[in-house]
Amino acid sequence: MLPNLVMYEEEFKLVTEVVTRLVSNTNAKVVFLVDKNGQLITSSGMTEGIDTTSLASLTAGNIAATGGLAKLIGEKEFTILFHEGEKDNIHISIVGHRVILVVIFDERSSLGLVRLRVKKSAAELEQIFGEIDEKSEGERAGLGVDSPFAEITDDDIENLFS
Amino acid sequence: MSFINYSSREINCKIVYYGPGLCGKTTNLQFIYRKTNPQARGKMISLATETDRTLFFDFLPLSLGDIRGFKTRFHLYTVPGQVFYDASRKLILKGVDGVVFVADSQVERMEANIESFENLRLNLKEQGYDLDALPLVLQWNKRDLPNVVPTDEMEKALNHRSVPSFEAVAPEGIGVFETLKAIAKLVLIELRKGASA
Repeated sequence: MLPNLVMYEEEFKLVTEVVTRLVSNTNAKVVFLVDKNGQLITSSGMTEGIDTTSLASLTAGNIAATGGLAKLIGEKEFTILFHEGEKDNIHISIVGHRVILVVIFDERSSLGLVRLRVKKSAAELEQIFGEIDEKSEGERAGLGVDSPFAEITDDDIENLFS
Repeated sequence: MSFINYSSREINCKIVYYGPGLCGKTTNLQFIYRKTNPQARGKMISLATETDRTLFFDFLPLSLGDIRGFKTRFHLYTVPGQVFYDASRKLILKGVDGVVFVADSQVERMEANIESFENLRLNLKEQGYDLDALPLVLQWNKRDLPNVVPTDEMEKALNHRSVPSFEAVAPEGIGVFETLKAIAKLVLIELRKGASA
């Protein structure tokens, strides 16, 4: 069971930078970063007109289903998935066993280019997420800042439903 | 596993509706979708068979409002209830923050309810969760049907730790939002516990 994923401003910027750079150096339409549980972490590119929340959830479902298939044949996971469409294609890869990097591209890019650049970005992302995990572990050990949720009152919760 | 984003000031939680086949999990989500302000909800996705049986999952994202400056978002999922889709059910439980167990109140479905509840316990355990510790709400659905089991018997059979439970008629929305509110509250309370621990 993974602990709660906590993303702070500083790491969010770093992660978004990597994703934005990937959009430009692959000529991709959009790049998304999704948590394995289906929560969108960040995105860059032409996100207008795309239902990002649904995309995140379905990507995670897709990865989970193929992960199940992998286990059935004795593989740990399939780290790369590729879906080819008439115009647009989706390249999905798992980063550091924890997050999912999704690149949507058309004929202005190519699978080879995407694979090459994704590899480099994945390494950078893996490092950042390693740092995020360390930071959250430090917090759990009582070293970090106070969580805003420690202060939630019953009234706060009640007000959500009023 | 909730996701707290300090940068966009958002908190996302995952709630899974579990229960035997045809107990009304999807119907719960459909009612919530219909009755929620379009600004507060995203698109509902149903991965279903041609005969409208859930194949993989239904998904409905909901925004509830702000708590201490953080947008609270709940991602509602259903599992496929049919026994042979167990592999898919396991996948959907990954990262769950709270479970709504929807039981079919009809006498002839009691055995299926109990079987599904035990299946939930087992599948959670595989993911490293303890059903006796996870936020859980029970719903006694289909109370409008003639051959229902009395609620005290359902409580005895399924509500071992006295969690909140609600009678429901999901197509008419009776009990649907009460159930949702109860699980959302439990999840937020759990989050507070985690934060102050």
